[in-house]
Amino acid sequence: MHIIDRRLNPGGKNLPNRQRFLRRARRIVREAVRQASSSRSIRDIDEAGVVIIPGSGIDEPSFHLGNEGFHHPVFPGNKEFVAGDRLPRPQGGAGGGGSKAGEGKSEDSYQIALSAEEFLEFFLEDLELPDLERRQVMSVETEGMRRAGYASTGSPSSLALGRTMRNSLSRRIALRRPRSNDVREADEAIAQAQAEGADETEIAELQLRRDQLLRRSKAIAWIDPIDLRYRRFEPQPKPMAQAVMFCLMDVSASMTEHMKDLAKRFYMLLYVFLKKRYKKVDIVFIRHTDEAKEVDEQTFFHGTESGGTKVSTVLHEMLRVVDDRYPAETWNIYAAQASDGDNDPRDNLEVIGLLTSDVLEKCQYYAYLEVNEPGHGSNASSLWRAYENLNLPNLAQRSVTHREDIYPIFRELFSRSENVRRRTV
Amino acid sequence: MTALLYKGSEWSYDTIQRIHDAVSEIALGELGLDIYPNQIEVITTEQMLDAYAATGMPIFYHHWSFGKHYTQHEMMYRKGLMGLAYEIVINSSPCISYIMEGNSATMQTLVIAHAAFGHNHFFKNNQTFRDFTDAASILDYLKFAKSYIASCEERHGEGAVERLIDAAHALQSHGVHRSGKRRKIELGDEEARLRERRLHEAEIYNELWSTVPTPAGKGEITDQQRNALNERLGLPEENVLFFLERNAPKLASWQREVIRIVRLVGQYLYPQRMTKVMNEGAATYVHYRVMHRLHEKGMIDDGAFFEFLTSHTNVVAQPGFDHPAFSGFNPYTLGFSMMQDIERMCLKPTAEDRIWAPDIAGCGDVMGALRDIWENYRDESFIAQYLSPRLIRDMRLFAIEDDPERSTLLVKSIHDERGYRDIRRNLAKSYDISYTDAIIEVVGADLLGDRRLILEHRVVDGRLLAPGEARKVLQHVTDLWGYDVELKEVDAMKGQMLANHHARPSKAASAA
Repeated sequence: MHIIDRRLNPGGKNLPNRQRFLRRARRIVREAVRQASSSRSIRDIDEAGVVIIPGSGIDEPSFHLGNEGFHHPVFPGNKEFVAGDRLPRPQGGAGGGGSKAGEGKSEDSYQIALSAEEFLEFFLEDLELPDLERRQVMSVETEGMRRAGYASTGSPSSLALGRTMRNSLSRRIALRRPRSNDVREADEAIAQAQAEGADETEIAELQLRRDQLLRRSKAIAWIDPIDLRYRRFEPQPKPMAQAVMFCLMDVSASMTEHMKDLAKRFYMLLYVFLKKRYKKVDIVFIRHTDEAKEVDEQTFFHGTESGGTKVSTVLHEMLRVVDDRYPAETWNIYAAQASDGDNDPRDNLEVIGLLTSDVLEKCQYYAYLEVNEPGHGSNASSLWRAYENLNLPNLAQRSVTHREDIYPIFRELFSRSENVRRRTV
Repeated sequence: MTALLYKGSEWSYDTIQRIHDAVSEIALGELGLDIYPNQIEVITTEQMLDAYAATGMPIFYHHWSFGKHYTQHEMMYRKGLMGLAYEIVINSSPCISYIMEGNSATMQTLVIAHAAFGHNHFFKNNQTFRDFTDAASILDYLKFAKSYIASCEERHGEGAVERLIDAAHALQSHGVHRSGKRRKIELGDEEARLRERRLHEAEIYNELWSTVPTPAGKGEITDQQRNALNERLGLPEENVLFFLERNAPKLASWQREVIRIVRLVGQYLYPQRMTKVMNEGAATYVHYRVMHRLHEKGMIDDGAFFEFLTSHTNVVAQPGFDHPAFSGFNPYTLGFSMMQDIERMCLKPTAEDRIWAPDIAGCGDVMGALRDIWENYRDESFIAQYLSPRLIRDMRLFAIEDDPERSTLLVKSIHDERGYRDIRRNLAKSYDISYTDAIIEVVGADLLGDRRLILEHRVVDGRLLAPGEARKVLQHVTDLWGYDVELKEVDAMKGQMLANHHARPSKAASAA
């Protein structure tokens, strides 16, 4: 008999099968991820999770008999029946032969647990972005320097003193460089010999020894160039400290569910994007009608409120939150505003004033997303035109109608080269 | 008094070795079992889930459906909806038993007795397994199958191979020579056979043949010609997959080979379905006897014995038909109860037993009788022969007649003098694969005409195929065959046509 310990065998034996399965079920899973992501909180967008997919399309059919026809099944556990009894046909499948519960397994739905990467991949795929670009979003881009051992060359400012002295010490010990004590002792020995009136030859011998010591300590340098060590640095991807993301949204009656969904997807992407760059990302939700209020995510997307539209209120509220909690010196501030663009024309002037004087100075980036209902032509709104005239480098505006437009627009907004940023659609 | 094999629940490899030796002494020495050499492998939970997905086999080709099963099992396991088996055992020589690392020492003892001896003996001796499977070379064959399919994926693309395997899987249950001309295939020779066939094809290939005009092209095809052709095709043929592998006009040779792999794997797994009750019954009976003997010999302590009893009781629990947990007969319970009942009949027969089972009643040699039964029966014949009135009474079995014409069900028989035979016959029938599976045969292939393939389902008791899935499978058949396929559902007794399905080759398949 052999006993074999298989526990240490490489795992993931089923990975090829799983990949084939996901590829097979790609379309269905994508659909499920879309549904799951609209019910997910923005913060959880890049986390692992479970999605439920319908069984159709991934079933494995076989020839098998249906439930029709004549049956004579046998069951255990008879309590009261005697031969000849007539029983009502049971409903459902339990115990009865005559149930007609559809066609068995084909109606089931399956739950699939997706890892964080898989979920994000499907989420991004749903936005129809090409492979190359996906990788850019998902990779870490900022770089910093970090200590990486020692080098024998470098600039004087990065001299590693401790390490250099250690090398020097070991070299001196290895080459038997006399310590300063040795020379002093030799001097003292001569002085003592002279004081005791020792004979000439003995003193001469001591002097000779002392001269030898001196010569040797001069020949062997205290610090030699080969002792020198410098601190070495290497570039390393480094998340910048912290960022806060302001989600500003118009929730007045003219914003439909579709528009809110578009906005939400944009915020999700922004969150994914910021999360890759910064160690800590805070999200602040501020919604407004003709007055603005900081709310939690649930209320932000699902709460209903009606009223007019005054965009300036949301900027005031944002500035208040910034002053309260997110000083611009220590936080990278991003703001994304979603609106259908219907603003009270009298308010536009104040909006422009706030933006130019205060908001844009504090923000890394301010994105304005104008969301439209499909079918309605996207006529430039008053707010759109007001923003358009500003022409500032860290303000960008786009208009979006369909879900698949979001990613290209997002990418345009956040691509690194400056010149792309300002081009409006 | 012999020393204890282990104390507490911890075990090491030494413990496993000692347990195996002790169990071996009882199983081989006292019960007279005859087994393949054992190989015991310790695995983790994840590896157990892996094994579940690939029908328990250690090596298997890749296919999305295994990924699907894995995903489902993993999900259910993580949610705590499903416990994992304590072991999986593979019908191979050497016989591989996977045991979970998380089992206690007692569970390992039970599992070794159950799988490494009980199932192992059954695999080696049962006639069905001997007929259909080749334990010595299955692992080598699976290795070949895996690498062959991987090479096909490389050469022809994963998509093409996937479509082919999908189609073959759909027909896997109809890829076995069930009756009559049972040809045992030496799996070890498969690779050599493939090479030979390639060579032969290359040798006899001659472009000229494709230019020969068909002589019967103009005139009417006579019935005689038709019959001769059908005979040459071996019609009617119940092994649909085999027929397609051999005769489908449009398949390339690698496609035939992949179908053959799926078919042979299906054939290898086929006996498991026919002997579920007996196989589990035999293994459960063996572990039950072994654990009792170990306890009697003082090799396991009372605590361990109680642990065993608890787990054994759970395994053989049979909820009644009206219990919420009822989901048909538990094969462990039915099998184990019958084995114990046979033991009782051998040792302490009643007058009734002497009438119902005269061949074993009072024979005194329990293991002799059981070994003979394990060798020569499968579920259907086993139940038909050895389900005793006593057990029918103990389990309080009753038979229902479900006539779709009537609005109510009839209790046809219960555990009384008049009911025994009826219950026994019907229970046996429910384990008869030729009754529970659809009987589908290839009855015609109009190779001289429009090449339409005709399948026939012989309907028994008015039980038609589930139509939705039948259509999908038929589509797969059509994609393999390459031309129109028709499936007739014909009443086996009256010969009257009950349903008719028809499918045309899909575009995806003809493009491939």
